[in-house]
Amino acid sequence: MALDTQVQNMSSLDSPAASPVRPARESQFGLMWRRFRQHKLAVVSLWVVGFFYLVALLAEFLAPMDPSDYSARYTYAPPQGLHFVSQSEDGGWEFGPFVYGYKTEIDPVALRRTFVIDETVKLPVRFFAQSEPYLLAGVIPMSIKLLDVENPRDPFYILGADRLGRDLLSRLIHGTRISLSIGLAGVTMSLFFGIVIGGFAGFYGGWFDSAVMRTVEFIRSMPTIPLWLGLAAAMPKDWSALQTYFAITIILSLIGWTELARVVRGRFLSLRTEDFVTAAQLDGASDWRIVTRHMVPSFTSHIIAAATLAIPGMILAETALSFLGLGLQAPIVSWGTLLQDAQNIRTLATAPWLLAPGVCVVVVILALNFFGDGLRDAADPHGR
Amino acid sequence: MLAFIIRRTIAMVLTLFAVSIVAFAIIQLPPGDFLTSYIANLSATGDQVDPRVIENLRNQYGLGEPFYVQYAKWISGVVQGNFGHSFEWKRPVWELIWGRLGNSLLVEGLAVIVMWLVALPIGIYAAVRKYSLGDYLATIAGFIGLAVPNFFFALILMYLAYIWFGTTLGGLFSPEFENARWSLPRIWDFLTHAWAPVLVLATSGTAELIRILRANLLDELKKPYVVTARAKGLPEWKVILKYPVRLALNPLVSTIGWLLPALVSGSVIVSVVLNLPTAGPMLLRSLTTQDMYLAGAIILLLSVLTVIGTLISDILLALIDPRIRYGAK
Repeated sequence: MALDTQVQNMSSLDSPAASPVRPARESQFGLMWRRFRQHKLAVVSLWVVGFFYLVALLAEFLAPMDPSDYSARYTYAPPQGLHFVSQSEDGGWEFGPFVYGYKTEIDPVALRRTFVIDETVKLPVRFFAQSEPYLLAGVIPMSIKLLDVENPRDPFYILGADRLGRDLLSRLIHGTRISLSIGLAGVTMSLFFGIVIGGFAGFYGGWFDSAVMRTVEFIRSMPTIPLWLGLAAAMPKDWSALQTYFAITIILSLIGWTELARVVRGRFLSLRTEDFVTAAQLDGASDWRIVTRHMVPSFTSHIIAAATLAIPGMILAETALSFLGLGLQAPIVSWGTLLQDAQNIRTLATAPWLLAPGVCVVVVILALNFFGDGLRDAADPHGR
Repeated sequence: MLAFIIRRTIAMVLTLFAVSIVAFAIIQLPPGDFLTSYIANLSATGDQVDPRVIENLRNQYGLGEPFYVQYAKWISGVVQGNFGHSFEWKRPVWELIWGRLGNSLLVEGLAVIVMWLVALPIGIYAAVRKYSLGDYLATIAGFIGLAVPNFFFALILMYLAYIWFGTTLGGLFSPEFENARWSLPRIWDFLTHAWAPVLVLATSGTAELIRILRANLLDELKKPYVVTARAKGLPEWKVILKYPVRLALNPLVSTIGWLLPALVSGSVIVSVVLNLPTAGPMLLRSLTTQDMYLAGAIILLLSVLTVIGTLISDILLALIDPRIRYGAK
């Protein structure tokens, strides 16, 4: 039976006009996407990751305030939240976005001024409010913000304020940009080294391969944080924000390339003995052509999955370094530098909302891990 | 077996050599040599700088000479137990760090033990009762354990302890036991302090171990010998514990190799958050003050401990698994 249909198929191939049914084809990425969609958690994670990157992209538009605007009047002001519905005193309902105002109380024990949410004061909030002109992502000139209080003199701290009365939400949004982009930049650089080094090692083998693999093993057997700290401490203190940013990226990828190099090498090794590669060699194709035309397309998806799974490590490392004070420095806002403010227990006790960046870290890391797992499973649509 | 150990030891010595070069490179990294900043510091505080002392130091560390000469001088000192001099504390490096290294080892060792004690039963349960509620809970907890950064977990723990019990976590000993000899009350005091860092350090490793153990055990449980054992009427617990679990344990031993670097890394940062008297906070401080011989010694010793730990796990693995002992490599 099966043979019959096969013969039929072959004959139909010979005379396409004879068969009305055209064989359905799906591209490699079509297959991958179909398989990826079956992984529900991965799809949800893709949305989460996409959301965070969108926030990073639109930081200036989404953040209600400038991340470095400080206000000595509202130090450690608690989160106001954002409210849409409330019942006024006479029993009627009020709608529309608003935040509650603050009233100050003197802490009887510490004799310190603390802010308490005052539910009698409602400060109206406007969507798409006019603002000072700014450049979105440094390119597009705009003068509208997503959210702002109607009276610019009113306090507006949806997620609370920090030690200097800066808006945590705005800082969080701007920090998202730095933290997520450093993950991408670090992975890109690691990927470059990983592909070049791992590719050479896997394709040519021999002494170069063993040297690379010993190096990789060596680097992976070292505790990373002390190494990173040592390297980061060597950065001159007078470097500009941009210089530190790139230096940190390089430091992270000094260790990050090893995992990717291993993946690339592994794929090269397994593909090198495949029939289609031998066929290309026998056809007299050059090494370059074999690698770029025959081998790379068949493992791009694996590499993308491996790179995605490497991003969380980069974000965690940056956060840890900045948290310890040896990574990005103060004027730059990243999740790590934000968490640095939450380092001691006194501060935490007065302003637990300063832990919010940590929550973002956890959510993004989880989402990236699930997304990467889904990609990895989908990367081989023919397998299993 | 002996050949295996010898081969591994030689590999370890080579690794140690490479480690020492990296550590020394880190000492050398900051711009300018440390003597100039040392002299600047001294004159800033109004101290007299004796040119002979400077000349002595210059000779001792071979400053101004090529990298390899400086390295040779440093490493020959290290081998004899002389790690150089801390300029901030004005004391030999070794005196400063050995106690702290001991604390580091203690906390990390406890974390490894806790990891195994927790991961073993949970991993076995999750594999035997696959897709049960407990299995799902373990999986979810595992993912969260992997995603929460150590230091963030420590911060949350600190916060909760403060809110719920009004205590501040931190340190390893109460002040009265700080310099006391080891005794039962001191051990108790240590345990009441150490649970927090140990818990924080153990989470991510435990999560990973449960995942590995579960996957391995699931593979083993499908094999015919398990069916045979069951068919012969062995009680279920014996069927599981006697063979498959023993086989699934192998990777657990080998994990020490990749677990240790992560553990040491984690303990540095957790120690800073929880203010533990371990090597971590001292490393951070020495790096920020550019006390490079101290920093280099700590990085070197932490890495050396990791490498030795890996060697021990390799040997243990060879002891319990003949395939590795007699294998090609």
